[in-house]
Amino acid sequence: MIRPARHAGPEAWRPELMRELAEALKHVDGPLLPILHSINDRFGYVDERAIPIVAEVLNISRADVHGVVSFYHDFRKAPPKRRVIKICRAEACQSMGGDELYDEVSKACGAGSDVTVEAVYCLGNCALSPVALVDGKIHGRLDTEQALALVRS
Amino acid sequence: MTAPFDTDFGTPARDATMTVTLEIDGLPVTVPAGTSVMRAAALAGIKVPKLCATDTLEAFGSCRLCLVEIEGRKGTPASCTTPAEAGMKVATQTGKLAKLRRGVMELYISDHPLDCLTCAANGDCELQDMAGAVGLRDVRYGFDGENHTKQAKDESNPYFTFDPSKCIVCSRCVRACEEQQGTFALTIEGRGFDSKVSPSANESFLNSECVSCGACVNACPTATLIEKNVIAMGQPERQVLTTCAYCGVGCAFVAELQGDQVVRMTPHKDGKANHGHSCVKGRFAWGYTTHKDRITKPMIRASISEPWREVSWDEAIGHAASEMKRIQAKYGRGSIGGITSSRCTNEETYLVQKMVRAAFGNNNTDTCARVCHSPTGYGLKTAFGTSAGTQDFDSVADADIVMVIGANPTDAHPVFASRMKKRLREGAKLIVIDPRRIDLVRMPHVEASHHLQLRPGTNVAVLNALAHVIATEGLVNEDFVAERCDPIDFKMWRDFVSKPENSPEAVEAVTEVPATELRAAARLFATAGKNAAIYYGLGVTEHSQGTTTVMGMANLAMATGNLGRTGVGVNPLRGQNNVQGACDMGSFPHELPGYRHVSDTVVRGQFEKAWGVTLDAEPGLRIPNMFDAALDGSFKGLYVQGEDIAQSDPNTKHVTAALAAMECVVVQDLFLNETASYAHIFLPGSSFLEKDGTFTNAERRISRVRRAIKPMAGLADWETTMALSNALGYPMRYTHPSEIMDEIARLTPTFTGVSYDLLDKVGSVQWPCNEKAPEGTPVMHLGGFARGKGKFMVTEYVPTDERTGPRFPLLLTTGRILSQYNVGAQSRRTENVVWHDEDVLDIHPHDAENRGIREGDRVALMSRSGETTLRARLSDRVQPGVVYTTFHHPETGANVVTTEYSDWATNCPEYKVTAVEVRATNRWSNWQEENDGFRQLTTRISAAAE
Repeated sequence: MIRPARHAGPEAWRPELMRELAEALKHVDGPLLPILHSINDRFGYVDERAIPIVAEVLNISRADVHGVVSFYHDFRKAPPKRRVIKICRAEACQSMGGDELYDEVSKACGAGSDVTVEAVYCLGNCALSPVALVDGKIHGRLDTEQALALVRS
Repeated sequence: MTAPFDTDFGTPARDATMTVTLEIDGLPVTVPAGTSVMRAAALAGIKVPKLCATDTLEAFGSCRLCLVEIEGRKGTPASCTTPAEAGMKVATQTGKLAKLRRGVMELYISDHPLDCLTCAANGDCELQDMAGAVGLRDVRYGFDGENHTKQAKDESNPYFTFDPSKCIVCSRCVRACEEQQGTFALTIEGRGFDSKVSPSANESFLNSECVSCGACVNACPTATLIEKNVIAMGQPERQVLTTCAYCGVGCAFVAELQGDQVVRMTPHKDGKANHGHSCVKGRFAWGYTTHKDRITKPMIRASISEPWREVSWDEAIGHAASEMKRIQAKYGRGSIGGITSSRCTNEETYLVQKMVRAAFGNNNTDTCARVCHSPTGYGLKTAFGTSAGTQDFDSVADADIVMVIGANPTDAHPVFASRMKKRLREGAKLIVIDPRRIDLVRMPHVEASHHLQLRPGTNVAVLNALAHVIATEGLVNEDFVAERCDPIDFKMWRDFVSKPENSPEAVEAVTEVPATELRAAARLFATAGKNAAIYYGLGVTEHSQGTTTVMGMANLAMATGNLGRTGVGVNPLRGQNNVQGACDMGSFPHELPGYRHVSDTVVRGQFEKAWGVTLDAEPGLRIPNMFDAALDGSFKGLYVQGEDIAQSDPNTKHVTAALAAMECVVVQDLFLNETASYAHIFLPGSSFLEKDGTFTNAERRISRVRRAIKPMAGLADWETTMALSNALGYPMRYTHPSEIMDEIARLTPTFTGVSYDLLDKVGSVQWPCNEKAPEGTPVMHLGGFARGKGKFMVTEYVPTDERTGPRFPLLLTTGRILSQYNVGAQSRRTENVVWHDEDVLDIHPHDAENRGIREGDRVALMSRSGETTLRARLSDRVQPGVVYTTFHHPETGANVVTTEYSDWATNCPEYKVTAVEVRATNRWSNWQEENDGFRQLTTRISAAAE
């Protein structure tokens, strides 16, 4: 999956590009999720204005698209900030202080910061708990200081 | 919620021939294979608690209330998703199940407002019922936790409210929208605790993809989706089973009332035309029946410039009779006539034509079918021997290829369209032949394989090209043709269509349909071993070659062997509720009931004997002939029941001039319609809720209309006609419409077996219904055609005389929209105007740009007949060179523009092709200004005398 380059801001909303992304993937088997991923990756979020375009390209209803977009938290409703850290809050990480890590990082990256903090549930790296994904790159055995250093680097 | 009329078996019926026998709570039950344990239990009279299951929808298995225990199986499977198996031993009530169910209910109720006593669904709530069924006494979790009970309502739809605070997220509404209606307008937004029913992101119900069919409201087990009327009035206390009075689908409905007030209309699950489904019109748009515009007193006036004067029924009827007699004495027996309505019942229509024939003493009776489906009757009778469609609606479920020609089912026949869409989602292929890109061409989950976007007026050329491909590429079903069709006619047809001038390549220039598309569509239609079905509408019939097109379709179906079984056929989608019936009942100037010519002495003799009169052997005047005769001065008196000829017939100025030339026009209608402006006597009509009778839908299905409330004007329409006939000196003595039906059955071979008793017993029947088919005939021409051998007809394409030119370079075609119906007399007087409050002109952006027209501009629409104005909508649904509008609103008067051209065989007007010009304007047309003043003048009612 293509990830936005580190520090590269998400692209501005463009309906033509949205349609292009949808058209490019409409023939794959089960095209809706790949298209939404591609939009999310490119723009950093799935703009509400994408819904009718994707629906039209795939010949499904707007409600069909909305149901799927809203089901997955990974499809953001608004553009993320410059940096994105996804901290695992599943069992293994919890047992190694994942919840505290999440709370502390969230607190440190509140209003005014350029970091979006999101919760995820298991990144498959339990042996190195607590784990986080910083701009798409995985980091294990993190503490708050390290995590903040990563997003502020 | 479903009407209390209907039992809910939880999951849909299965029609497997193999059965299985199982034991539920010790009772043996035998059901078709594939039936769910839940349905099997319900069939045995055992109710398994349930919330997310209802038998109009496939099982979903989400509510976890219908759990059962099955001997030898682990756990507690959901009975809705578990198929019954032979030898199964099922327990639906055990201590373990009771505990589980109670636990589930506790969770539901912990997040549900405890306002049962003041809730609109009180008395009709499945959640409430289930709380009772599982014995819920306590909610251990309390009610203070996080919940959904404060969510805002969506009241945007005029007819129903969405209150998410009452929602249990069972998904029944979402599934109904998908499975039953096929619109997919609803979804579950979010996940887990945040799950919520939603009509897409930040959209209200009104502005969403929702078509307001009411399926979700029906499916909802709580007060989440509920009729505003129920909120306002409370639960209905009595039910009357009846038939919708809108389109030719003829949905069975339950009128639910409190006293004489209708609370709601709910679709009847056992209705054989609609199977529990409905559309926005039948389900919700019945408010016109009590609209303040209803006229409930008879009225007369000496001239149309005078105000109306309310009089007694006796005076009005007496006056009408004496005027008709006076006119006949002065101008001759043939100087008067009567028009029946496809909106009235069979019995009423029968009486009008009987009165014309027996009391007027002539055959000057015609019906509005003249202007819609008369070519269907003529064309199909010629080809097959019967003036009717060949299939039942259920047949579409077996079609592999569906060809839709000149019809827009999702707007005009929405309930049938839902059935068709379901089949298309299952994989059937679709060919659309239409000048417009109708919704079916591409809409969520449906996409046509071919859209032959022909130039209006070239239907015959397109059908001939399809036939050419079939005949020349070896696609004819030779066995079928040899066995079932006349060989000489077939050979003539084959020779004709095989001519090079009928090839797709040759007609491309005329039809504007690419030859490759035409060839591909023909090959698809003629796929060997597949069922191909043709469905068509007024886009076929309302042309100068309407009858030829009907014959062309019959030819295609015969050549490919697509007749005489389920899944195939030639199927007219009838515009109005009783077009088929009005035609069956002898509303034509040349035919007695049952399509038998008036010149047939044997048939005429039967009617003469039964009616005790001598009948005229000469056909009478068709509607357009009546107008012409009126302008010639030889036709002076007209009785019009339930039809607004001044708005619905083409070339309005011609029609109104004819009406103005008559000495006595009697209008019988619910409202002072446009025709009433020219009337001297107004007899108030009764709505479908106010009378007994029958309607016959597009699939020949005769369904009962039952009186739910008394006639607002005192008389039902059949009683009014009877009174007029009696006053004219021809006695009619019926005490109930069932007696009229008995008379029809006695005199009409295809109706011999029809009686109200039979209809009460079996619900509805499809004619022919006689000794050979005591419970009716779903599919016709099994094993052989009604006329013997099927008759191929040579269908030469003759271009219409209506041509575009420098003055009128565009082609206008007209149609209908979902929320409105015909001249709008009914639907305009309902909240349906929120969707469509004026007619608009669809014009291609190129044509608009050339004329400096922008979206929403007022434009003048001109033809050689007349001019009107309306707003423009830029749309690429029409091709450049073609414009489109609807004819629902009298202020627009779309028929001011249409011409007098008509079908060669039946005079069905050529509504679908008019050469026009469009230009921007900022004022009303002269016709509109004059008509506005004229309407004000001619609809005045003076204060009652007493």
